[in-house]
Amino acid sequence: MPRLEVHAAKAPPVSSQIRKRTRVQLYLPIADIPVNVLLILAMGAAVGFVSGMFGIGGGFLMTPLLIFVGIAPAVAVATVTSHIAASSFSGALSYWRKRAIDPMLALVLLSGGIIGTILGVLTFTRLRSLGQLDLLIALSYLVLLSGVGAAMSWEGLRAMLRARQSRTVPLRRSGGHGWVHGLPLKIRFKRSKIYLSAIPVIAIGLLIGFIGAVMGIGGGFILVPLLIYLLRVPTSTVIGTSMMLTLITMTFATVLHAATNHLVDAVLALILMTGGVTGAQFGARAGQRIRGEHLRLLLGLLILAVGIRFAIELGIRPADLYTVRETTGDT
Amino acid sequence: MRTRATTAMIRLALLLAAILVAGHAHAEHLIVSVSNHRVTVTPNYSGEELVLFGSIERERDAPLPPAGYDLVVTVSGPPVDMVTRRKARWFGIWVNADSRQFLQVPAYLAVFANRPLERIAAPDILRRRQLGLNNVLLTQRVGSDYADVVPSDPFRRAFIRLRSEHGLYRENTSAVTFLTPTLFRASIPLPAEVPTGTYTIDIKLLAGGALIAKTDTAFEIVKVGFEQFVATAARQHGMAYGVATALMALTAGWMASIVFRRD
Repeated sequence: MPRLEVHAAKAPPVSSQIRKRTRVQLYLPIADIPVNVLLILAMGAAVGFVSGMFGIGGGFLMTPLLIFVGIAPAVAVATVTSHIAASSFSGALSYWRKRAIDPMLALVLLSGGIIGTILGVLTFTRLRSLGQLDLLIALSYLVLLSGVGAAMSWEGLRAMLRARQSRTVPLRRSGGHGWVHGLPLKIRFKRSKIYLSAIPVIAIGLLIGFIGAVMGIGGGFILVPLLIYLLRVPTSTVIGTSMMLTLITMTFATVLHAATNHLVDAVLALILMTGGVTGAQFGARAGQRIRGEHLRLLLGLLILAVGIRFAIELGIRPADLYTVRETTGDT
Repeated sequence: MRTRATTAMIRLALLLAAILVAGHAHAEHLIVSVSNHRVTVTPNYSGEELVLFGSIERERDAPLPPAGYDLVVTVSGPPVDMVTRRKARWFGIWVNADSRQFLQVPAYLAVFANRPLERIAAPDILRRRQLGLNNVLLTQRVGSDYADVVPSDPFRRAFIRLRSEHGLYRENTSAVTFLTPTLFRASIPLPAEVPTGTYTIDIKLLAGGALIAKTDTAFEIVKVGFEQFVATAARQHGMAYGVATALMALTAGWMASIVFRRD
């Protein structure tokens, strides 16, 4: 007797590991994972606000955040460059309208920056072949962030205290003192109202380009304090000028990353930008309202906090001693 | 044309003969099919679950094995190179001290069975047939040599544990269900993180602790439409893609400054 058995094809609830995802999930074509669009938008907006406020690219904040969400470090670094380009362009435009950018200063910085970037890329390749690049990057993050952050916080705090104690703030404005001002090849930077040798400006550009290429950051958070404290560029033009420099280097970096590593995720970039440019607008406005020393103290504390995070990561026994990473093509 | 048709027919005849001979050597053979041979990745893709169906075909009057049949299904994703690193304390800070390279290991690996593996077959059989996560060959670079290590190796264990935490490696010894003594089904959960590529499904039939039949099938995970367009553009026209992305960034920045302009 033929017997017919029918079983429903619907599987029993085995899918415990597949979390139910809502509509806000979007699959990224290059990063190869689905992400929460609202979360990425919020991250972009938050970092954009900070970058608009302080005139920094925000790469040192965005890249760790993306890695934390689960995006591969290489994709994160490459994609963040385009996000920084977008938010710094948005910020730079509003600073340009307020005549808060010194184009001459930006140009001289850029000339050093290009050489620094090339040197940095060469060093990066060399270090990678020697191994332990990860450690070097973590240590340089730690040293740079903690150092710059602590110095800025301290200076900002002191300036605030001085302003409170005696109404007359002894502003150590530009003048003939300091070895920096004794150097030859002087150029007049009209917008910043300073008369300065081109040598330290190019040297700073070179350093920023080098650090940026090795550490994968825009370098704005180092550039701003160097311009303020070493070159005594007025705070009013520093932020806009730094943004202009970041804009140019990061636009180039986006094209280079896309052409060489094929790791720029345009979809992820678009979500980040949408949040980032909006945040940068509000940040730029907030930055104009806050007093200079308060701004410096805030930025100092923020940088210091990220530096401390790196220190904790290096100093405390990790919960898991092992990590697994895919080695994409090159080893 | 004609010769080609003849050759094809001869080949078919040979294949049938081979199947018949094999059929005589083993009383059972497997017929399987997966619910979807082509998983497409679209913008709202968030993982999928495939169902594998199969039937054990037997000789007409062959008796069922006394302890019943056992099935072990191994799904392996496209091979990738991975590195597992171990941190150690070095002058007060935790750094990556030691690392092992895993060469051409499956990006996704799932082992399903109808009951615990140790009850299906003896350890040496399991090892020889690579049944179970502990027995699948995971090639490592050991010095200048290539070899797998013992299952208790800390790097190998950490590797499997970390991959399992992402749902990319899994072992479930109750995922294969027998609907009748000869008809079975298994669910294959694919988390959203699984990479695109070709996946092979290897099905082994055991009875009384010995392998009696095996077969394999495959499915692929592919990007389609917009996802495919972006991925292809990024890989094949990197420069144009980069310039387009940079222009997109500048447009986004410009738009924002216009939208939010107050004066």
